[in-house]
Amino acid sequence: MAISRDDVLHVAKLARLALTEDEVARLGEQLGAILEAVGKVSELELDDVPPTSHPLDLVNVWGEDEPRPSLPADDALANAPERDGDFFRVPPAAAVETP
Amino acid sequence: MIDTLRLTGEEAMGLVERREISGAELHRAYLDAIDERDGELHAYLRTVDESEGDGVPIAIKDVITTKGVETTAGSRILEGYVPLFDATVTTRCKDAGLPILGKTNTDEFAMGSSTENSAFGPTRNPWDPRRVPGGSGGGSAAAVAAGLAPWALGSDTGGSVKQPAALTGTVGLRPTYGTVSRYGVVAFASSLDQVGPVTKTVRDCALLYRILAGRDPCDSTTVDLPEPVQIPEAEDLRGLRVGVPREMNEAEGIEPGVADAVARAIELCAELGAEVGECELPRSVEYGLPCYYLVAPAEASSNLARYDGVRYGFRAGGATLRELQERTRDAGFGDEPKRRIMLGTYALSAGYYEAFYGQAQKVRTVIAREHAAAFERFDVLVSPTSPTVAFELGARTANPLAMYLSDLLTIPSCMAGLPGLSIPCGLSEGLPVGLQLIGAQFAENTLFRAGHALERALGFDYVPPRLALAA
Amino acid sequence: MTTNGWEPVVGLEIHVHLKTRTKMFCRCELAYGAPENSRTCPVCLAHPGTLPVPNRAAIEATIKLGLALGCRIAPRALFHRKHYFYPDLPKGYQISQYDVPLCSDGRFAVPAPGGDREIEIVRAHLEEDAAKTVHVGGESGRIGGAAHSNVDFNRGGTPLVEIVTRPDLHSPEDARAFLQLLRQTIVELGISDAEMEKGTLRADANISVRRAGERALRTRTELKNMNSFSFIARGIEAEVARQVAVWESGGEVTQQTFDYDAATGKLRPHRTKEEAEDYRYLPEPDLVPVEPPAELVERLRAEVPELPSSRVRLLMDAHGRSYESALFIGRLPFADLFREMIKAGWHADDAEHALMNTFSAIDVRPELENLAELYRVYAVRHELPRPVVIEATSASSRAGFSAEPYLAQRAVADLSELDPVIDRILAANEPQVAQYRAGKEGLLGFFVGQVMRETQGKASPQVVNERLREKLKS
Repeated sequence: MAISRDDVLHVAKLARLALTEDEVARLGEQLGAILEAVGKVSELELDDVPPTSHPLDLVNVWGEDEPRPSLPADDALANAPERDGDFFRVPPAAAVETP
Repeated sequence: MIDTLRLTGEEAMGLVERREISGAELHRAYLDAIDERDGELHAYLRTVDESEGDGVPIAIKDVITTKGVETTAGSRILEGYVPLFDATVTTRCKDAGLPILGKTNTDEFAMGSSTENSAFGPTRNPWDPRRVPGGSGGGSAAAVAAGLAPWALGSDTGGSVKQPAALTGTVGLRPTYGTVSRYGVVAFASSLDQVGPVTKTVRDCALLYRILAGRDPCDSTTVDLPEPVQIPEAEDLRGLRVGVPREMNEAEGIEPGVADAVARAIELCAELGAEVGECELPRSVEYGLPCYYLVAPAEASSNLARYDGVRYGFRAGGATLRELQERTRDAGFGDEPKRRIMLGTYALSAGYYEAFYGQAQKVRTVIAREHAAAFERFDVLVSPTSPTVAFELGARTANPLAMYLSDLLTIPSCMAGLPGLSIPCGLSEGLPVGLQLIGAQFAENTLFRAGHALERALGFDYVPPRLALAA
Repeated sequence: MTTNGWEPVVGLEIHVHLKTRTKMFCRCELAYGAPENSRTCPVCLAHPGTLPVPNRAAIEATIKLGLALGCRIAPRALFHRKHYFYPDLPKGYQISQYDVPLCSDGRFAVPAPGGDREIEIVRAHLEEDAAKTVHVGGESGRIGGAAHSNVDFNRGGTPLVEIVTRPDLHSPEDARAFLQLLRQTIVELGISDAEMEKGTLRADANISVRRAGERALRTRTELKNMNSFSFIARGIEAEVARQVAVWESGGEVTQQTFDYDAATGKLRPHRTKEEAEDYRYLPEPDLVPVEPPAELVERLRAEVPELPSSRVRLLMDAHGRSYESALFIGRLPFADLFREMIKAGWHADDAEHALMNTFSAIDVRPELENLAELYRVYAVRHELPRPVVIEATSASSRAGFSAEPYLAQRAVADLSELDPVIDRILAANEPQVAQYRAGKEGLLGFFVGQVMRETQGKASPQVVNERLREKLKS
């Protein structure tokens, strides 16, 4: 199963990976081979078979609506790469246009 | 002087209980052993130098969260991440008086079969340092095999406890899905991930499982065990029905030395009083691997979406948010996670879901049904754990598909959520061979019983000869 | 409603924050306006290895809402992961529901003068809200580059119900009427504050138009970020007008999303995402299915109170109230009080006036036994200064209320008393009289005020108003 360069770039975009040119080429080739191998599952006629999303037959596992202590803001932010006061700081969603 | 190479967890507990040694002394003895031998093996990513308790220490795979102790899952993207909480299994160990000895090496995000995918360098096999210890839990397996920990925790998605155990001559249990909490275990594929013990003996394995298992209110997918864990004692297999799935014992790629060791172990089962018969799992073996390599990457692509450089871990620069996220993820993830993220994203993307993930979920049902049918006739199914003994470093890194084949025999029962135990059953080319015992859902006690009786009868020496000689 | 032979076709998507104590998948306490990042834990910050545990109260509230909306409660519902990257979505996916929501196929009746308008509810599902991103700086222009965003995860994980209607609404007014009644229903169910200003109720509209009589639906657009009922009505109106103009000029409406800018009353294209959305829905493997047990559904059904729609309908049909008034009076506990007032002999108009203007304004509830006596005051309320009416109303909440002392303060309506005062004031303010006659009618209030001051508030404002107008005309 061949996978086009455009497909690789599209998937990388969905997955938020800035792949290098080298990675695009290598991953594209490997993905093609892997997809070919895993595509084998489609050989089986399974129209009447229900899917298993879970090996256990559990239902209705809920927690009671009783508050538990939250983290102090300093702990919540302890691992933050960058903070602004008690906020997590990130770059703007879009580039800032400088006139 | 404590012989950490030979000391089992159970023996160590005895020493501590009888006050022949303190927990702190035991801890120190292992740290000394680590100083001595881990330079070559690299089983540990970091050690905990002060014992936080007075019991037998335990090594913990670095995908398992430890409060205040850096937890990286073998990935750059989590470098420097210090958890604010303990995984439930960590808490259970601590509550049972098992302090943490250190964090063991793993393939990045537990993705791999050789521990070569760790961002912090590979772990080597104590039996032969030119070879891999298996993976992803190669660190835990190597640590136990080399006497750098009395016992350890691993995590198993498609064979990451069982396969390294097989390659290092240790005992590894992948429990029934849902019996051990996943809370605080860095997620790879949520519907498959299970934490399990890596030990020197089956009894140690049962002792640890008793500590780990049970429902956790923090993990909605856990249950209590239907019956308490029994520490095995019987040395025969009378009344036990042992099934030999033909496809799993005759699969292409099984090395002759591995097949021989396993065949001898099966003969031994009969000698110990078990009823041995052949059975079939045709579609489980044929479609297990492709099914796994759809389900696991799909879930992984989702589970790894949280690593975006916003709240914790590694962050690459970027003028815009998108740039920051894309660069962080590109620089932070290694090849294997990227491959699986790409594969999983593709399999879940519009237009492909039904053909890939949807179909794979149906195949899971087929695999579970095949196993259920086999367990109507048998109590335990046996096969090699790994088709091969430990392979050399670099032998499979260039070809992902060849690497994936390492888990051919461990994957099917994982897909069905069933427990599996790997015990060493002999040597091939001087390297350990693992015997895989698969049980029905919640049948860990049966596995322990069978594993223990075989272990006694086989008399396998778990100390790697080169280390015994050096000592 | 049709405009130039065009019929609007509108469907709504409503998001409601549930009023649980804790978040949807962790037990952090919900607190509106708490200091930033003070209500988080490893779960809602999506730390590695953390897992969701669904909030029982949120599941029950959703089922209750579903029952009130006449929905089918799914025998087996699933949670799914919906993937997209945004810093306020810490897991990189939102836990939501996809093909098997908790509630589906409902029906919501909005009383209208000509009979109920039936709105079909496609689904009501449970999900978690995103956190809040605050954009900082960047508008200073020249310096530039200083802009960044700050993320506060307090709101992240708040239980959110999404209600989706079929495009059964055919005018901005219908949409507003539907939303108002839906909001009232939600509030009375006790599951949410549903306040648009606080963002605990949000609504998006999808809009198309078609020729009257046409059956097929034309291309629709989406309208987002409307934070009041009137903005929703105005936004829809603006978009309908735009689409009609496009079609009539021979153009074609394209699929698009707009924001309604309340300040300008204009539609602005919503910032488009960089790539086509592909949410890659995945059954949430960390959660097990929800199979609401029959006993639970029955207990919740029993907890659903009488719904406002039936009271609104009664007020409109039996008491001739308008929809807006009926909606107001139909609220608990006004509806009961209104019933008692009618029983005590009140005219419906007076009762409505009292409820809407006095009782609610001063938050007082008269004793039922005083209602008949109090009506003696309201029956002549035009002749009483407002403070007196208010005083009487307050007093009526105590036992043994008598209308007499208040009636004694009836406003002066006798023209023989008022005329001399009015004439005096007009004579003393000739310039203003001239201005008024030149068209500045707003000055009427000025004259009324003067007369009221002169009579120490005892004059009947109504009579003064009428008389002044008369005199100023000549």
